[in-house]
Amino acid sequence: MESTQITDTPPPTPQPVSAEQKRAARGATRPGDRIFLGLSRGSGIFLLVIMAAIAVFLTYRASLAISKDDANFLTTFEWNTGLVPPKFGIAVLAFGTVVSSIVAMVIAVPIAVAIALFLTHYAPRKLSGPISYVIDLLAAVPSIVYGLWGALILVPHMNGLFGWLDTYLGWTGIFSWQGGAPRSMLTVGILLAIMILPIVTNVSREVFRQAPQMIEEAALALGATRWEVIRMAVLPFGRSGVISASMLGLGRALGETMAVATVLSPTFDIQSSLLDPGGGTFAQNIASKFGEATEFGRDALIASGLVLFVITLLVNGAARMIIARRKEYSGANA
Amino acid sequence: MSHAAIADKPASTLRGASLPKWSPYAIAAGSLAVAVGIGLAAGLDSKVQWGLIAAILFLLGTFGIAARVEGRRQAKDRIATSLVWVSFLLAVVPLVSLVWVTVARGVKVLDVYFLTHSMGVVADTEPGGGIYAAILGSLEQVGLATVIAAPIGVLTAVYLVEYGRGNLSRAITFFVDVMTGIPSIVAGLFILSLMLMLDMEPFGFAGSMALAILMMPVVVRSTEEMLKLVPNELREASLALGIPKWRTILKVVLPTSIGGITTGIMLAIARIAGETAPVLLLVWGNPFINANPFEGAQASLPLYIYQQYANSAGSGAAYDRAWAASLTLIAFVMILNLVARGIARWKAPKTGR
Amino acid sequence: MAKRIDVSGLTAYYSAHKAIEDISMTVEPRSVTAFIGPSGCGKSTFLRTLNRMHEVTPGGRVEGKVLLDDEDLYGQGIDPVSVRREVGMVFQRPNPFPTMSIFDNVAAGLRLNGSYKKAELADVVEKSLKGANLWNEVKDRLNKPGSGLSGGQQQRLCIARAIAVQPKVLLMDEPCSALDPISTLAIEDLIGELKERFTIVIVTHNMQQAARVSDRTAFFNLAAVGQPGKLIEIDDTERIFSNPSVQATEDYISGRFG
Repeated sequence: MESTQITDTPPPTPQPVSAEQKRAARGATRPGDRIFLGLSRGSGIFLLVIMAAIAVFLTYRASLAISKDDANFLTTFEWNTGLVPPKFGIAVLAFGTVVSSIVAMVIAVPIAVAIALFLTHYAPRKLSGPISYVIDLLAAVPSIVYGLWGALILVPHMNGLFGWLDTYLGWTGIFSWQGGAPRSMLTVGILLAIMILPIVTNVSREVFRQAPQMIEEAALALGATRWEVIRMAVLPFGRSGVISASMLGLGRALGETMAVATVLSPTFDIQSSLLDPGGGTFAQNIASKFGEATEFGRDALIASGLVLFVITLLVNGAARMIIARRKEYSGANA
Repeated sequence: MSHAAIADKPASTLRGASLPKWSPYAIAAGSLAVAVGIGLAAGLDSKVQWGLIAAILFLLGTFGIAARVEGRRQAKDRIATSLVWVSFLLAVVPLVSLVWVTVARGVKVLDVYFLTHSMGVVADTEPGGGIYAAILGSLEQVGLATVIAAPIGVLTAVYLVEYGRGNLSRAITFFVDVMTGIPSIVAGLFILSLMLMLDMEPFGFAGSMALAILMMPVVVRSTEEMLKLVPNELREASLALGIPKWRTILKVVLPTSIGGITTGIMLAIARIAGETAPVLLLVWGNPFINANPFEGAQASLPLYIYQQYANSAGSGAAYDRAWAASLTLIAFVMILNLVARGIARWKAPKTGR
Repeated sequence: MAKRIDVSGLTAYYSAHKAIEDISMTVEPRSVTAFIGPSGCGKSTFLRTLNRMHEVTPGGRVEGKVLLDDEDLYGQGIDPVSVRREVGMVFQRPNPFPTMSIFDNVAAGLRLNGSYKKAELADVVEKSLKGANLWNEVKDRLNKPGSGLSGGQQQRLCIARAIAVQPKVLLMDEPCSALDPISTLAIEDLIGELKERFTIVIVTHNMQQAARVSDRTAFFNLAAVGQPGKLIEIDDTERIFSNPSVQATEDYISGRFG
């Protein structure tokens, strides 16, 4: 109200003002405007240049390494950059990255959705505020601290669970255990699940909160129980949001370095069981091998990093696209 | 079944048989007792397993009892409620444990000596030493990253909100979103590839550049949100007074949203302060004090934690130092978070909504 | 199967704020009762206490009694979910489930109970849509989403959805305020037909509408902004609009305030 009054009050010379306004809106006439527009547009372009540079430089260094690779880069199960000729491939890393992330998603997404529902539809209002706050803070805990906690606290606690899984589900092969230290893909997956829980919860919570109140009331007025209201009026709206939240979480899990590097005891082969230690992920492999690597070895690691980069780009891009489409659909960006 | 029977009698249609209010607690207590019994009998040593068994018993018990007394629909509703509560509690356990352990173990060696001395020649397996060099390195690296990323991020957001039309701004928006998802180690590899080509040794500023890449998109996003909250009438009022657009942005738009922008930048700092992977590749770590971020390997707090854990072959002294450094790092990040949120609340633009 | 509602000493709160105070009235079965009054006088809040929707709002709570044929809705052991099944509701803005087809919208309430055969379901849906005067307009596109209908059609769809579960009472919260005059007329006609089977309570801002559709009218008012709303009087509609017993009612109806 006030501001409209301000726009109305200064018209001693209304004509020039509106012309000024138009020119100002184009923002390229005065030197000050030109400089400022240049600076801000330049920053935006700089960001695009960085993205391009990341792609170009990683590809260039990766090509240096891959061109000398004596084995198939995509399907080889070893990483010997010191050999003459060198042999290395990402099969083990791709497998480990995907498996640990899938385990993390399977555990984290349902729990995160449940917590998001808890915060929006179950928890007493006095409780849900502080809890949301705590979850925000937990999202800020550095990954290396999760890693330290995982290696020193979580790993010893896994022995019991592993024994139990081996006894009752060992016959599946996936859950058999030879009794090694539980520094395996399952432990990594559980730790990653704990780490991505806050972000998946937060995004889902926002989505559920935006579910239209009047549709929920329609369900209630029909005599729906709370769970039926959620099924009829909340989950249908939240579905795409939960998918994109999960993919954002997946992006995090795929690229997580330190938590995997501290917990996993890596080997360069594929374990058929989730419980036996071994395997590796892109990020973990880079962190662990980097110290002793020669320049060529580093290029090889960069090549594996490029693959990780592409995978996370695809996952995040897809997540963003789902979010964007949802916005258009609901008209929320008006 | 019982539900249908009740529905036939018009007199009591409103009065579905229901469990008393205390029943969830009773079932919870019962399943906990049974779980402890099973745990003791089977000799399960981990309390976590006891908890899991209790949770499963609770869910089954709730469903069974509710289905019998209240009917299937109510039972489903109850099991959904229980599942939601159980998930919540399940998630709380590791998070509480994380905070508890970090504090409990961290305070052991965390004192003034620890904060003001560096590792120097102290062997990794020996007690002693401290994190002074690491704190110094982290502050410098994060500070330099902020100096690069904050202005670029804010300016980009200004462009997107105040000028942005057409393909360029759409491309920037999309790639900023994508950039938020770049794994930190990839940002590190990018700078590494530059260093390999220029034949450079690790130094602190290299880490800053990688951290800046991680920080920029976060700053852009949060600043964008804040600028969008500035009501359009304010801009129009200023423009209508004949004030050029750039001065309008500098004098009206940015000051109005400065609280939110500061909050966003501080949250971004909190995020990169804990990044380890790029620092590991680019800064290396250094037991001695190196105050020059532009030459020679530097220490860093998150990296210190990793190295104390990884290079010490299970030495208790090193673990103690790792926990103490973790506590310091968490405290730093949390204080940044709390202050940032405080500023956000204090300086929140009065949108009148 | 329409039922009588007896309210006595009902007070409703939003957290600490008292929204309506000490309301007592009787709503006769098979009749239309209209609630009128200025904005903020609590008539919608009161309506929502009649099927326990008020307590869904955070901080909402209620004191007093609402008897539905001698059974207190707020009594011990009463399940609010069953209450809402008996006392249906139509909202201010049409709110069909946007992810469901027309058919599924009407069937939604029945499906909650689960135990219906397909033919049975189709039968109830047809009857309800006919009851809401919508059948002829939608019978060829039952599988299309309900959100594709016009506003008036959507509102009648919501009425069909509400009557499909055979409630005893139908509450309508300004059901025509978001509609054009022709759709409004269609809904008003419909209300006239529905009162043969249901007890109907309607909140409206439009006094002509109250005069047209209702048998009895209740006038609500509040002393000042921030004060709780109160029931000023309830009487036969004809009397309220010709010769009300309270001066405030006459002032409001003759447009002197509100």
